[in-house]
This record gives sequence, C-alpha cells and structure tokens, in this order.
Amino acid sequence: MDILKLKIRDIQNLIKRKELSYMELIKEVFKRIEENKDLNAFISLFEEKAIKKAKECDKEFSEMKEVPNLLFGIPIAVKDNIAYAQERLTCASKILKDFVSPYSATAVERLEEKRAIIVGKTNLDEFAMGSSNEFSYFGPCLNPINREYVPGGSSGGSASAVGANIVPVALGSDTGGSVRQPAAFCGVCGLKPTYGRVSRFGLVAFASSLDVIGVFSKYVEDCALVLQTISGYDERDSTSANYPVPNYLPLKSNLEELKVGISKDFFFEEMDTSLIKIYEDFFKLLAKNGVRLYEVSLPTMKYGIYAYHLIATCEASSNLARYDGIRYGLNMEAKDIDEFYKKIRSEGFGKEVKRRIVLGTYGLSKGYYEEYYGIGVKARKIISQDFQRAFERVDIILAPPSPTLPFKLGEKLKDPIKMYLSDILTVPISLAGLPALSIPLKYKIDNFPISIQIIGKPFCEKEILDFAYGIEQL
Amino acid sequence: MELNNYEIIIGLEIHCQLKTKSKLFCSCPAEFEREPNINVCPVCLGFPGTLPVLNKRAIELALKLALALNCEINRKSSFARKHYFYPDLPKGYQITQYKEPLAYNGYLLIDNKKIRIRRVHLEEDSGKLIHTPKETLIDFNRAGVPLVEIVTEPDFRSPKEVTSFIEKLRTILIYLDISDADMEKGNLRCEPNISLRYNNLSSERREIKNLNSIKNVYQALEYEIEYQKNLLEKGERIERATLLWNEKERRTEIMRAKEEEEDYRYFPEPDLPSLIIDEEEILKIKEEIKELPEERKNRLIREYNLKEEFAEIIIKDKYLCDYYEDLMKLVKDKNLATNWLINEVLRVLNEKKIKINEFPLKITELATFLNLLSENKIPRGKVKEKFYQLAEKKIKIEDILKTTEIKQEKGSFTQITFSDIEKVIEEVLAQEKEVVEKYKKGKKGVIGYLIGEVVKKLEGKVDPREIREEIIKILEKD
Repeated sequence: MDILKLKIRDIQNLIKRKELSYMELIKEVFKRIEENKDLNAFISLFEEKAIKKAKECDKEFSEMKEVPNLLFGIPIAVKDNIAYAQERLTCASKILKDFVSPYSATAVERLEEKRAIIVGKTNLDEFAMGSSNEFSYFGPCLNPINREYVPGGSSGGSASAVGANIVPVALGSDTGGSVRQPAAFCGVCGLKPTYGRVSRFGLVAFASSLDVIGVFSKYVEDCALVLQTISGYDERDSTSANYPVPNYLPLKSNLEELKVGISKDFFFEEMDTSLIKIYEDFFKLLAKNGVRLYEVSLPTMKYGIYAYHLIATCEASSNLARYDGIRYGLNMEAKDIDEFYKKIRSEGFGKEVKRRIVLGTYGLSKGYYEEYYGIGVKARKIISQDFQRAFERVDIILAPPSPTLPFKLGEKLKDPIKMYLSDILTVPISLAGLPALSIPLKYKIDNFPISIQIIGKPFCEKEILDFAYGIEQL
Repeated sequence: MELNNYEIIIGLEIHCQLKTKSKLFCSCPAEFEREPNINVCPVCLGFPGTLPVLNKRAIELALKLALALNCEINRKSSFARKHYFYPDLPKGYQITQYKEPLAYNGYLLIDNKKIRIRRVHLEEDSGKLIHTPKETLIDFNRAGVPLVEIVTEPDFRSPKEVTSFIEKLRTILIYLDISDADMEKGNLRCEPNISLRYNNLSSERREIKNLNSIKNVYQALEYEIEYQKNLLEKGERIERATLLWNEKERRTEIMRAKEEEEDYRYFPEPDLPSLIIDEEEILKIKEEIKELPEERKNRLIREYNLKEEFAEIIIKDKYLCDYYEDLMKLVKDKNLATNWLINEVLRVLNEKKIKINEFPLKITELATFLNLLSENKIPRGKVKEKFYQLAEKKIKIEDILKTTEIKQEKGSFTQITFSDIEKVIEEVLAQEKEVVEKYKKGKKGVIGYLIGEVVKKLEGKVDPREIREEIIKILEKD
C-alpha cells in the first residue's frame, strides 16, 4: 500500500490502529524525495529535524487514545518564498541563496502549532515570477506526470511534490495563478483563498495587493483541513481579514444546491480545441447530475492579463527594492555604493525578475504612472465589478484554469508574451481578490488530467470546497 | 542698481519626530540614541516577508498637532511608498503619505499673520550613516521612528517670519508633549524653499537642507536672498535646485540640480489599508489637547494680571510656564514674583545658558525667598546679592531665614515693597516726560535727576543703585 496516496484522515486511521507510526510516515516521505530527486522539487530539506519531530509525535501519541488533530505529525512541504524559522528562504534567487529567515510565516506557525511537520522548502520561479518553474536559480522543476514537461509555476515544486505523492499537502503562493495553474498541470487540487483570508506575514512579497498563500493537496478534504488551520486574522498583516472562519469540515456536496455560472468569456481563441470539447462534455455531465448551470457574461476578462501585468510589475519593482545586499543576502566587493548596488542587483536577480523590475519601474515613473499603473488599477476595478454583477445571479463560476495543456521544458522560454498568456484564465480572479480552486477531472489528454477552476464569492471558500467535493465524487 | 521692488517667497517643509514608545510600523522602541542597531527587528530592517503594522499612538499624536494647526482632518487618508536607493533606507522605499494626507488646509498665526499649512502627514524616519575615515557604518535604530511632516504654503516674506514660525511651532509641539522638538538633536528638521520675484523676473524655488538650528535657517535664507538677488539683478536665470547649507563657510551649495531631481515613483502602499478617522476619534483627541500656548497666554494675563509682553516671554517655554504657575501658588506678592522671574531668574538662565529645569532654586525655595522679600525681611541693599548666592548654591535659603530672624528683632530695614518701587518709578517717569525724552535721545546723564526724584518720593528708604537699575530697565525696554 502506498500510504502517501492516502487521505490524511486515512493516514491517521492507520496510525490509530498502530499499523503505521509517524516515524515510518516521515521516513517514507524522505524515501519518496530520494526516489524523485530528478524532479528537483525541493530547494531545502529538513530530514533530521523532521525525524526528531516525528519521534516526538510518536512518543506523545503513545500516551493518548486519539490523534489530537488531523494534522498532528503530518508531513508538509512549503514553497520557498514562505518563511520557516532558522531555515533558508531563497525565493529561488541567487540574491537570497544563503539567506536564513529568523522567523516563520504565520501560516507555517499555525501548521506547526497543530504539530504538522515541515519536511522541506519547494522549488519555484524566482520570487514567484513565472508560469513554468523554469526561472529558478536552482534549476527547473519537472512535471511528475511526464518529466519532459514543466510542472507549471510559479509554485512548481509544491505542485510536483504533491503530484508525485511525496507529501499529502503543500503550501504555495498565488499572485496571478501560481497555485491554480501548476495544480492543473500536475493533476492535483490547488486552492487560492480570498485575498486577506490567510495572513501574508512571512510570505515574501511579489505583488502585495495580489499575493495569497494557497494550498496543494490530492484530496479536497485535505485542502479544507489545511485551509482551516492557516486561515484567519493576523495582527501582523494589516490586510488580513478580520472575518470569521467557518468550519470547512465535514465536506458536503452542494452540487444540486448552488446556481453555477459558466461563461463564454473564459473560452478564448487561444485555447486548445481539444480542451474546449472536454469542458463541454464536463458541463453536460454536471447538468446530468442535477447541477443548475447559467450562462453569465464577463466581458472584461480579456483585459485581465494586461491589468495584471501593469499592477504586478509595478508592485514587484517596489517590493524587490529592498534586495540591495546591505543588510542580508548576496555580498560582493565594490568600489563605491553605486557600483555595489549595480553589481548585487545585476548578479543577484535572474533575467525574468529583472525584466519585471524594469517594466514596473517604468510603469511607476513620473509621467507614465497614470498611463500604466493608473490604467491597471482602473481596469482592475471594472473586472471586479464584472464579477460582482455575475455573482448577483450565481453562487459560483466555473472556468478552465489554463488555456493550454502543460508544455515542454524550454517551449515558451524564448517568448515571454506566450508565457504570460498561460495565466490569462487565472489573473482576472486574482485581480478581483476572489477565492478559486483548481481541481482535476476524470478527463485526460496525453496522460494529463484536465482541471476545472471553481470561483467563488469573497470568503466563500466553504461553498467552493463543498462543490469540489461533489465533483470529486462524480 | 539697488533692488527695491523684489519680493521674497518662502515655504517650509518641517519634519518632526514624534514621542512614541515604539516605532511607526513595528514594536521596536523608538529610542535611537542607543548603541547602534539595538532597537531593530526584521520589520524595520526590511527583511523579506515582513509587513508594516501602523502604530495607533503615532496617529493620535499627529492628529493632535494637526488640530492645533487648525487643519481639516481627512476622514480617510492613505499611505504611499516613496522609492529611492540609499543604504540607510532598509526597504528601498519610505512609507509616507502622498495623495491623501492625514490633515490639510490649516494655518498658524505669527504676529497676526496667517501662515497657511498645506498638509500634515505621517511617515517613517530612515537610519543613520556614520562615516569614519576607513568605512561607512549604518545604524538602523532610527529607521522607522515616526515623523510628522508639516508643509506650509509659500506664505513667508522674510527670514524673520520663518524663524518666528519655527519657534511658535516648537512651543506647540512641546505643549502638546508630542515631540522633544530639538533642532540640534534632529528631532525637528526644517527645509525651507525660497524664490525671489523681481519685476518680471523670478527665480525657481531652491530648497535648503541640512539646517540644524534656527540660527542656521535664518542665515541660510539671508544668504540665499542676497545670492538670488544678485543673479536676478544681472538678469540671470535661477533654476530649481536642492541646496545644502555649509555652516563653516556660511553659504549654500548645490546638492542636486533640477535635472538630477529624483523620481520617487510614489504609489499606494498595498500593505496598509486606508486610515479611517471618525468623529469620535477627533473629539477624543480634542479633549486630550489641554491648552495651547496661545490659550495659556491669555489665561495667564487674565489670572495673574500678567502684562502681555511678559506672558509672551513666559509661554515660549512650557517648563518655565509651569514653574511660573507653581510659583504663583506659593507667593504672597504676585507682582513681585512675576517681575523677579522675568528679570532675575531669566537673567541667570541666560547667563548660565541653562533651562529652567536646570535652575538650582526649587520653586518652594524661590517662593520662600520672594515672600521674605515682600515682607521686607531682607535688607534692600542685599537682595540681589543674596539671590545670586542662592542661585549659585553658595548659600541655602535656611541661611537667609536665620539672618532675617535676627534682623527682624532689630527692626532696622525698610518697609517698602518691591512693587512700591516700581509704582513710584512709573509715576516719576510719567511726570518727567521731557527728561525721559532727553535720556532717550542719548543724554544718559539725566538719569541722576530721575533717581533723585524717586529717592525723594521713597523718603530715602531704598538703595539708589537699585533704583538706577530699575529705571534703566524700564527706559531701555521702550
């Protein structure tokens, strides 16, 4: 039996029946990591620490009748742009390659309070900028379904690790689709919560007004479990929402209860025709299962990608200004301060990051601000209003998470515009700050599962999870 | 050619450190004069993944100031990022307020002239570079300390108006207890911008930085006026620039020319939600503002029958004012005590270059002394001598008490009080207007006649030297 293919609840049942120990579970994780080394899913591993913690969990559990909570002793992987105290926080960048964080992100802290075990930090596109995980200082990460393909990005490592059954769950971050798109590419669940639902404290900022910590899992229930733990107000993040967190568990299918929106506006010309066919079939299947589908109009979706790149690059240029090599990070010899800045930032950042810094700096400069950042903000508002109007008629909206199937390594590397278009179906949701979950369906093309993106109203993660649970049962 | 028809236009930008316990966006203590890099944390050092959390107390203090400056409060204000690269700026940007400041549209009266306040906003301070011959070190203790920035309209027409404004603002800051407002220590930093208009010509405004005293502000502005005047006279253009004041050589020098001006790429701070201030909050702050200098001045005049000119002097220093009011509660002859404080105590402070809180005589001690004086228990001729001995800590008040007891027995001292002397002098001066005129025109010798008249009226009971001093003081003041 492959224990790492199991639901967390079932793993804990094995533990309860003494058929498995937390130590055996952790050992299995590191065995899987070793077997899948070629995926390059991890940047840092904490084997010694993890084993020590598993031992403690076993010892404590031996004196208990019940598992104290479902995450107790459960291995988790964390994207390497989320801080874990006393460990490296590289963001897959040369500029932070040896940086050790003195603190943990709130999300990580909350997981550790439940005694979940952080086994390692996963690979990503440098500073979460990319859609293929090819822009990593530590080399690309591979897709476990077919190693010639990219796992998607930027949270490629977390998606790959869950997809390869290395860990049951992993944290990622989603700014414009960085959880949902790689989840779709690797055939796992990927949830981007509502902006503000999960504290950003400890998540290295890329575009602060869009960044959200998200969850990867194989099962909807595991996703709900992690979300339950990491959600909620945090006084260290002023943008975190002081809004009650409902009980996500137990899940209960709401397929027949909700009004479900679908929209032509998500089916762009660029989309593969084979994909369109599958989604048509899927919608028919839903209807057959009693789901009430409504066509909604979202005419401004096509502007999302432009607005997103205006806003995200501007914010990125600002957020990355702190990496100057002075207080931490890369260090080099220079004759004066100007040369020092130039050397550190030229050497320390990769090509894609520099491209976005330059674009963002331009977008914020005097005389261009209104034309670029200003326009981006206006478009963002209109897109949000579009969603608001649609959500007056329906409870959730379904859309494909990606306009294409996973692509091969190197395929889009030379063409940044093509790469940017990978996010065309996820960025509008990010701009509106809405929650969305990407979940694999039973359809496959070339072995790659096809996924659907379930979009909800703000803070309606419960409805999304229940709906996804319903789909999972189909 | 003499330039008569020119106009001076000055505006001010003032930064003032707020007296909060912790920094503006993290919980580090806001004390920065400590061992370097003691009061720092991942947030104020700009570590990856950290976020700012606004200090509520800083908002309250800034609101206090804004209300004292008659500003309108923005019910919704917001923060912005101001970008530039400098090693003392940890995040590569400063969190400040840009499009929606905390408060706007205020004013401050100086000598009955309204100086309009364009805006008052909150921002964070930077760290500090320490240059040694071998290397440059950075101290981040100051990074993130709350600052309030006050921007005036270009309403000043002379350097004197500017310095009066700064002095008045300082008094307010100290009264509100929101800042130490010490320019030398950098708690209060003034950056004036100045341009001249001459006939059809006008210079572009030049901003002066690095002014760490009111004297420097005055001198730098005087220098700039002369400099710009000379160039305009020659018909030369003066372009916008940022200047540094070179204190040693007493001249301004260009730090950045117009074309080198930085583009700060302001944009809304996404890590902080808008700051909403409601009516209740404003009312609460208004209650906290006990009494502003202007109000206190009027009250002092009313309550203690204080002359306006004296009140003006006393209110400039809050602590002196506190000392004065406490003293008033303890003395029998309030007029005497007032005069004594203004004349003698202030003289000692000036001579010794000390503040009232460093004055060696405690309020109770001075009150005892003044009460003895008003009861004429100190021999007239020895009053000042005794006072200075007290102020120098050469004798104690107990020593005087002992000797007065003896003298009291003998009953050999004058019965005239200090305010009597003043009253008589004023009478004499009013009678002898012609003689007073002569004195003012330079015939200082006539003072002997005036002294004689006063002595006569007092029937020779007061030391003429004391009378001379008093007369000179009154005449020279006019």
